[in-house]
Amino acid sequence: MRKSALTLATSLALGCLTALPAAAQSVQARPPVCLACHGQNGQSETPGVPSLGAQQAFYVTVQLLMFRERMRVVDPMNEMAKGLSDDDLSGFADAIAKLPAPKPADGPVDAARMERARALVEQNHCNVCHTPNFAGQQNVPRIADQREDYLVKALRGYKDNSRRGYDAAMADVVPQITDEQILDLAYYLARVK
Amino acid sequence: MRHMTAGLSLAGALSLFATVALAQQAAQPLPPGSPLIGRPDNNAAAAKLAPVPSPPLATPADKVPVDQLSAPRGFHIELYASGMPNARSMALGAKGTVFVGSRLQDKVYAIVNKNGKREVKVLVSGLYRPNGVAFKDGTLYIAELSQISKIENVEDKLDASPKPTVIYSDLPKDEAHGWKYLAIGPDNKLYFEVGQPGNNVAHDKDHGQLRRMNLDGSGVEVIAYGIRNTVGFDWNPRNDELYFTDNGRDWLSEDLPNDKLNRVTKVGEDFGEPICHQGNIPDIEFGWGHTCSEFVPPVALMGPHAAALGMKFYTGGMFPSEYRDQIFVARHGSWNKTVKFGGDIAVVMLNRNGTVKSVEPFITGFLVNNNYIGRPVDVMNMPDGSMLISDDWNGAVYRVTYGSKKTAAR
Repeated sequence: MRKSALTLATSLALGCLTALPAAAQSVQARPPVCLACHGQNGQSETPGVPSLGAQQAFYVTVQLLMFRERMRVVDPMNEMAKGLSDDDLSGFADAIAKLPAPKPADGPVDAARMERARALVEQNHCNVCHTPNFAGQQNVPRIADQREDYLVKALRGYKDNSRRGYDAAMADVVPQITDEQILDLAYYLARVK
Repeated sequence: MRHMTAGLSLAGALSLFATVALAQQAAQPLPPGSPLIGRPDNNAAAAKLAPVPSPPLATPADKVPVDQLSAPRGFHIELYASGMPNARSMALGAKGTVFVGSRLQDKVYAIVNKNGKREVKVLVSGLYRPNGVAFKDGTLYIAELSQISKIENVEDKLDASPKPTVIYSDLPKDEAHGWKYLAIGPDNKLYFEVGQPGNNVAHDKDHGQLRRMNLDGSGVEVIAYGIRNTVGFDWNPRNDELYFTDNGRDWLSEDLPNDKLNRVTKVGEDFGEPICHQGNIPDIEFGWGHTCSEFVPPVALMGPHAAALGMKFYTGGMFPSEYRDQIFVARHGSWNKTVKFGGDIAVVMLNRNGTVKSVEPFITGFLVNNNYIGRPVDVMNMPDGSMLISDDWNGAVYRVTYGSKKTAAR
């Protein structure tokens, strides 16, 4: 089941890539290419692909660098970042940081689950580095109203060490978070107001 | 009446207990080694403090702030090489190649000297936190987070992207203080540390220690205990005694504890962490039932939260003679302190018996208006008597010389 969901996400991601102009080179020309998958106006509609609106420029620079250097392996992104200069990375990061922040996930909200997850946030001190409104700071990303499926993927990746952070901050905190708690945390953060 | 008072205070105690229990439920105890251990809740000044992230991209050569650094009269500082993001520890090859490790990048760089021109190459990519480098008899040794490897005849392979061969991997995989410094002693052995796996956490048999082994990875032994996180060590050229820096715990207070400079006089000594800090402060959690006299005290205090990292005895002939065989220490600079401390190269002057006479700033200017414009990591002697300094903030290496420009250009 999970495998087919992954396959779907992959083919969607590849689908939106193949629909793109292949040789948009400049920083000015490239953001529309990014936004084809990551969503117009900072909000991703693509499963497994994060919203980028109001993301911390420092964090985006770090991630693009890691994609370029293959320190973080996500095929489409490694391909997209190949050959970018340092100035390109900073330029994209600055442009992305200026996109509007994503909105909370639609639909009815399970208040009891939100309450339970809020306690988990306190327990795990997520709101210390990610800041009380989860907007992030510098190298710590905005996680407020991020896509729920992406948050689950990111936290699971940190936990099973398939995603290594640029620094050790997440590696320090994930060992004591269970998979069930990951689902609750992602539910909460995707809907936080 | 008396009975009633006792009853009331019992009720009071019970309700106090209930309040404490509730508070504990709200803020779950931190896991061992959490970076937040000791951090006060609801303190606005403390809430602003966090490790200061270095820029992920190297500063372009013309923007490296070398002109803002200052040294004592007669010394000069120039940019030696740039474009090495997160440049950390250094090692010198026999043919003049300077090898530079990194902690947050996956690379070891090589600064190659070709007909008087210097060129920066990526020697190896795809490593995991390759902070430590050492060189001996043609071979480069690299310490990653949890393995140590080597590249033989490395200076003949600078263009060939050589693949390191692992010689030792019986190491914990902890991220916290897991990166390593690497040096080769006068006994021809590789020395490296296994740090404390967190901010303030008791050591098991595999952590908080300095180890050494043969150059082929055999014969591993622990030579010192009670170490939180040393990222620099070197041997006194006068008697081969090992000195090492150690970084003190976070969140004890703004001004305590100091980082330490330690001296090893025999194998197996315990330097006290996490039970005793800076030789005279029993830890508020682990110190109970102990006294600091159980442990080897530091030979010098290096400043509060200063992040004293790489260090070398100066063995060259270019600097004035009073600096000969004295210790230069890179203080990366504090984060766990409202008014930052460090961000300099300190010189530690020794007495004849190896104790410390003084600790003074030598090269300053990395810290401007409480903000870093650079952060020194390691120092290294060059054959001409000059000294190199690495800076992981700018991804650069500087060269310090003394005397007229002509002398310095030798």
